[in-house]
Amino acid sequence: MKGWNDIMLELKNISFEVSDEKEATEIIRDMNLTLDEGKFIVITGPNGGGKSTLAKLIAGIETPTSGEIWFDGVNITDKSIAERAQMGIGYAFQQPVRFKGITVKDLIRLASGKPISVSEACQYLSEVGLCARDYIDREVNASLSGGELKRIEIATVLARKSRLSVFDEPEAGIDLWSFQNLIQVFERMRKENSRNSILIISHQERILDIADEILVLSDGKIVEHGTKEEILPGLLGTDSAVNVCDKYQMGGKRE
Amino acid sequence: MMDEIQKRLLEEVADLHEVPEGAYNIRANGKSAARNTTANIDIESKEDGSGITIRIKEGTKNESVHIPVVLSQSGLKEVVYNDFYIGEDCDVTIVAGCGIDNCGVQDSEHDGIHRFYVGKNAKVKYVEKHYGSGEGSGKRILNPGTEVYQQEGSVVEMEMVQIKGVDSTKRDTYAELAAGAKLLVRERLMTHGDQTAISNYEVKLDGEQSHADVVSRSVAKDSSYQKFDAKIIGNAACSGHTECDAIIMGNARILAVPQLEANDLDAALIHEAAIGKIAGEQIVKLMTLGLTEQEAEEQIINGFLK
Repeated sequence: MKGWNDIMLELKNISFEVSDEKEATEIIRDMNLTLDEGKFIVITGPNGGGKSTLAKLIAGIETPTSGEIWFDGVNITDKSIAERAQMGIGYAFQQPVRFKGITVKDLIRLASGKPISVSEACQYLSEVGLCARDYIDREVNASLSGGELKRIEIATVLARKSRLSVFDEPEAGIDLWSFQNLIQVFERMRKENSRNSILIISHQERILDIADEILVLSDGKIVEHGTKEEILPGLLGTDSAVNVCDKYQMGGKRE
Repeated sequence: MMDEIQKRLLEEVADLHEVPEGAYNIRANGKSAARNTTANIDIESKEDGSGITIRIKEGTKNESVHIPVVLSQSGLKEVVYNDFYIGEDCDVTIVAGCGIDNCGVQDSEHDGIHRFYVGKNAKVKYVEKHYGSGEGSGKRILNPGTEVYQQEGSVVEMEMVQIKGVDSTKRDTYAELAAGAKLLVRERLMTHGDQTAISNYEVKLDGEQSHADVVSRSVAKDSSYQKFDAKIIGNAACSGHTECDAIIMGNARILAVPQLEANDLDAALIHEAAIGKIAGEQIVKLMTLGLTEQEAEEQIINGFLK
């Protein structure tokens, strides 16, 4: 039995539609979802199924057309991105943003929300497999590769130590070595605080394999939600659970 | 002696709290307020009173010259000609800058014309900051002119900063480079309100292997206007690069006019110009780190102009 105090995030009848001059398209359809604290949850499902939109609705980047979102017992539907961040929702972009003039150190300091020492900032970089000395004073600009940027993005989310950390395809654009490293990053996050939760959008079998719960999203609806043991066997061999080695053998073209 | 307003201006434009070390000449309200020369650096007033001449002996290393100007008297207009003669093989830092505080209704204006004659293989770092303050309706006007004549193998690095409070600026920079000489310019500019800032560069790469890199980063807010006009002329086997990168906000207007002129087959010249507003996703990213929209905007501008 679940106690009410175990619940971290609750989506109540959430719908989200985008409309142009001709028609309205529903991306998320009347979704109800409850996520508990202390869980590692992976969302998978076909592209265009609404996964990234769901992550943005949770972070406040998109506002639902109808329905409510509750976080730690508070209705956050009308709260801004910044308010949600301050309440403990972290979000890692699928395609990280570049900034001219802002250094890696600046960004990690902003993320941690307090003045931290250079060595503390370096620690987050080391965790994502970047040699801190080489990167700490670099600008977060076009001189960084997509993979480097992606790891720095993950480091900023680590630095926030959020109650709920949302990662949108954290493995996209990083190499195989970093991928192994990434799995360790998530495992360390779980160990560090057993009451925080991690929500990851991913198709990767290796990431699905360390999940407590798996959600399958398709056509704006949750088609499956259960423990890894219940869900994963049915996904193996489909596009919703891709083997990382297959992917690289195919030149990373499969998605 | 200088009053508190003048001291504050001095701090803004020259990072000076007290009198600097080394050679200096402080000009306050149209008069020389303090001066110091060293064994290697001489400062003399021109006979006609139109400015100063600074002579730096050849081989002078790791010395600095500060020549800040502060104006706190409303309605004062002045044109000053300062000439720098930098000997061969020097390695020196020159800090200029002008701060105007205008509380009155009359316009205050300082036009500083600086000429640099840079000897062979000398290295010069030149820093120039502009700052304006005061609540008066009189305008704060700064029109700096800079001329640089670089001999073989010399290196000049110029840092020009104008972030706050100057109502109107027209900056003209002219340079001639002999063989192997290098000129690096970093301009940072922010305008707000109804301010206008015009910056013109003309750089002549006359010698073989000479090189120029002129980079401007600017932010135009409110209803301000900026014009960046950079012309690099390659008269030999040389390389030149000019870049204007601007953030536009509110009702501001920006005109970028990069120009390249190649008069030699082996002149390699590049220009880049980009003007755009702050990307929405940059604001969103910083908001996901807990910053408000306004804080996010400040961080982005501060970083950009750093």
